[in-house]
Amino acid sequence: MDSMLAIFLRIVACGMLIGFSASYYGAFVVQRGMSFLGNGLAHAAFGGVALGILLGQEPLYVALPFTVLAALGINWLREHTKLAADSVIGLFFALSMALGIIFLSRVPTYSQDAMTYLFGSLLSVGVTELWISAALAVLTVATFPLWPRWAYSTFDRESARIDGQRIRREDYLLSVLIAVNVVVAAKLVGIVLLSAFLVIPAAAARLVSASFAMMTTLSVGIGVFSVAAGFAISYQADLPSGACVVLTQILLFALMFALNKGGIKWPREI
Amino acid sequence: MLKVESLTVRFGKLTALDNVSFALQGGEFLAVVGPNGSGKSTLLKCLLGLQRIDSGSISLLGHSPEDLPSSRIGYVPQVKTLDRSFPASSCELVVSGLRRRWPWRIPPAEHERAEAALRQVGIGHLSHRALSALSGGELQRVYLARALAREPEVLVLDEPATGIDATAEQDMYDILDRVNREMGVTIIMVTHDWLAARHHCSHALLLKNVLIASGPSLPALNDANMALAFGHAGHDHAHGHSHSHPHESGQPEQPDG
Ligand SMILES: Nc1ncnc2c1ncn2[C@@H]1O[C@H](COP(=O)(O)OP(=O)(O)OP(=O)(O)O)[C@@H](O)[C@H]1O
Ligand SMILES: [Mg+2]
Repeated sequence: MDSMLAIFLRIVACGMLIGFSASYYGAFVVQRGMSFLGNGLAHAAFGGVALGILLGQEPLYVALPFTVLAALGINWLREHTKLAADSVIGLFFALSMALGIIFLSRVPTYSQDAMTYLFGSLLSVGVTELWISAALAVLTVATFPLWPRWAYSTFDRESARIDGQRIRREDYLLSVLIAVNVVVAAKLVGIVLLSAFLVIPAAAARLVSASFAMMTTLSVGIGVFSVAAGFAISYQADLPSGACVVLTQILLFALMFALNKGGIKWPREI
Repeated sequence: MLKVESLTVRFGKLTALDNVSFALQGGEFLAVVGPNGSGKSTLLKCLLGLQRIDSGSISLLGHSPEDLPSSRIGYVPQVKTLDRSFPASSCELVVSGLRRRWPWRIPPAEHERAEAALRQVGIGHLSHRALSALSGGELQRVYLARALAREPEVLVLDEPATGIDATAEQDMYDILDRVNREMGVTIIMVTHDWLAARHHCSHALLLKNVLIASGPSLPALNDANMALAFGHAGHDHAHGHSHSHPHESGQPEQPDG
């Protein structure tokens, strides 16, 4: 049997891996003004989880394709209408929630799984979750060579297109990766608080960064650290894990805000 | 250099460009002039491969827009479309033009090249300034430096005078004149400002969805053609202008396109 410490370390490792991926994509999400996407996809994941429960399958394996489809749908509808991103995301958000509620209403017994996904649960983290988050982190590292392209099109889509970038393909890839990230993270921190993982570390990093490279680095640093610190607090004080991590992130955000007001920016040559 | 043949672009029922043909030789300074909605930006987008073409053909530097040789082209977008909230310095922006990708870090040699380009447009001292801390005119120049750093054969600008004051505008035209005359760079500039076009550009293209005139700028932008393109407003301002106040005298009243 695993010792308590071994279980705790597994949870922390899993959380830090997820925090790493989420805060990396977060830099692009925040700078592209897509913060709402994380929220929308988290709720799409809820629809997928509910469908999984209804079908008697492992929710994660149903939620994954479900959320990826929602991400593709959001991109597709944006491309084929002139609607603003938040309107399109809002539509898929509502659709997934409505479906999720209907699916759950057809489940004869009360499901603990649904609560797990809504609010996150450390106890739900097993060896499988650890492997999945490790795979996600490896996938994220594998996209590092794309950083100069993603950063370029984040800054100026038109210039990136002129310089031969396939913007549309990039958009799809990025939102699929974010969707996968969201689903994997949902079990740990819960759908309700999930978008914080994508948004707060990057937003905090933005406050003190003078370059996008620095913003990306700091975002990842804040993302990983706040998971470790948040989980330690949650473990010590016996408080919900997701909430502790998010509060840690917000504390760091406040710190960055103070540094920003103190005129601090990195790199300092400005 | 540039050859456009029977270019037609439609948006649903609306025909933005109708059978437009013209050619441009290397070293010319072309103004693309026309009222709002006349298809100027659409033409530019076609040249840069950003806009699907319904019929006709374009050859720029011997290539079709699908395989645009972008390293040989400098593009200066409209200042108002730029994202100022992006964390970046002037230098990084210029380097992005050199690399055609966003830089993670900048080695000294590249930094030096970027600063040289910034000096060329008179803002070497702004190299480390954050984009969010630049004025509109300064940002315009950073973009110009970015385009020039590529040592382009063709420079493409969309409404470069929008949103900058008369002095900054004069400075910008001085730079463009120099780049065109001394370095032999071909320039294609979209503008409302036909007075500036007459003054600075060797050639002009007058558009109102159809091509009204093209060729050397003074005959192409003569009063009769201007009246055709802009209606009576072109006439009102055709005489007695002074170029130092282009926005007081040079912007004909337009109904919404
Ligand atoms: N993506 C689009 N979808 C539909 N119609 C478009 C689109 N882009 C341009 N148009 C239409 O095509 C016409 C030409 O537009 P364009 O932007 O080329 O004009 P312009 O000459 O640049 O005008 P302005 O001086 O106002 O910038 C306009 O009537 C415009 O409404
Ligand atoms: Mg235009």
